[in-house]
Amino acid sequence: MLRINCPFCGLRDYSEFTYGGDASVVYPDLDAGEDEWHDAVFLRENIRGLQRETWHHVQGCRMWLIVERDTLTHEIVGVEAAHPEWAKVIQSQASEKKDQ
Amino acid sequence: MSKFSLWSIIQNGLSRQRGWQRQWRDPNPREKYDVVIVGAGLHGLATAYYLATNHYVRNVAVLEKGWLGGGNAGRNTTIIRSNYMMPGNRQFYEHSLKLWEGLSHELNYNVMFSQRHHVTLLHSPAARDSAARRYNTMKLTDSDAELWELPTLKKEIPHLNYDNARFPIIGAAVQRRAGNARHDAVAWGYARAADTYGVDIIQNCEVTGVVRENGKLTGLKTTRGKIGAGKVGFAVAGNSSRLWQMAELGNLPIETHLLQAFVSEPIKPLLDHVVVFGVGGAHFYISQSDKGGMVFGGDLDWYKSYAQRGNLPTVQDVCECATSILPCLGRVRLLRHWSGLMDMSMDGSPFICKTPIENLYLNAGWNYGGFKASPASGWYFADLIANDRPHETIDHFTLNRFRKGVIIDERGAGPDPKLHG
Repeated sequence: MLRINCPFCGLRDYSEFTYGGDASVVYPDLDAGEDEWHDAVFLRENIRGLQRETWHHVQGCRMWLIVERDTLTHEIVGVEAAHPEWAKVIQSQASEKKDQ
Repeated sequence: MSKFSLWSIIQNGLSRQRGWQRQWRDPNPREKYDVVIVGAGLHGLATAYYLATNHYVRNVAVLEKGWLGGGNAGRNTTIIRSNYMMPGNRQFYEHSLKLWEGLSHELNYNVMFSQRHHVTLLHSPAARDSAARRYNTMKLTDSDAELWELPTLKKEIPHLNYDNARFPIIGAAVQRRAGNARHDAVAWGYARAADTYGVDIIQNCEVTGVVRENGKLTGLKTTRGKIGAGKVGFAVAGNSSRLWQMAELGNLPIETHLLQAFVSEPIKPLLDHVVVFGVGGAHFYISQSDKGGMVFGGDLDWYKSYAQRGNLPTVQDVCECATSILPCLGRVRLLRHWSGLMDMSMDGSPFICKTPIENLYLNAGWNYGGFKASPASGWYFADLIANDRPHETIDHFTLNRFRKGVIIDERGAGPDPKLHG
């Protein structure tokens, strides 16, 4: 079983998450050329080995995460929030609640 | 190579089976070939066979990093059908089914092709309308297709779960000429037949790099030395991107995903057809092998992977599908499960095309559908390599179809490889 250590919820089975895709894909500006959009939408490096990828904790905190995982062995090396600014807000709200 | 016949069986029966020879040679690689195919799976072997028979190109090598038929050829559920609707796919898969129908005789090898009907269960009027559109298209394009009402279905397959309140079965879409075959026999049959024409099948020979001179590929670096090539064809589903990058051609519109399949312990004859069940997110297909095992599978594991092993939640999902549609399987035990590496493309359709390197050809992106496609895939790929131009049927099986906006999206799922099941 793949288990992902969600920074918000703790260690959970991967079946709580949905896989997004290769996190290295950056979408170009809206007015960028056809070639750039073609490459971003359709082409994939399809890494065999360590890959940074997005997962959505859809049956948990619903946050998007960036997971570093080996696509050959399934070993997970690191997990972080995809949107660190949001993570900060959530964590500060949580600590405020605790203080009350 | 001696031909299999009634006479050869009698002769060997009388001589204590001592007259059988090995079925293909185990040659050392020569210095140079006219055509080198990478990947001795079903597609690579079929390509070599049709190069030799249809195009008289016989100075051919097929390189394989493991053993022949040891990848996805041995990791599928062996279903053969041609119920595709999109232009291009329709003609391609129909051609494949026709090749299957004559394959055992053509190869002089029993591939155990069994036209046992492909039965897709329907659960709502909308599903029936959609099936009617697809199956009418098939009828109008020289194939066979039927819609069964409930009484016919109940007579044909009496032990399905007809009491499911949430997903009642209302009928089925059926292709009678569809069915399945024995996967190993297909690999062995093509290998044996190609070998008869002088094709060298070189196993334990992994490609580690390419040799490029003046923009052309002049050979391949392998674990068994450098092998020169006039033309090169890649047919390595699962690892297409790696080989593509080895040739310094950038990225492909492909992601590698894993798909699991399962076989139960052998039981007495239970199911005469291939049955497909797909509703409300479920996706499940099952048939019974000649040995008696129930062979079945479902969806991908939903995350990208090069590991040829799957995860347990998918085992549970697929087994839940099995018992919900055939409750009588509840106490049947699983014998084995395995997983293969799928070249999931951006629109669910394959590539058989020329590449930016003039003497390199690509055969990739087979998604779930590679097994049934293998005869036609080899047929058209051989045609492309020999004549250096695509046959009109595979005009859009190209890499630039996304740029041109002529995607062949059978499922209408958009550019997300994992959704093209």
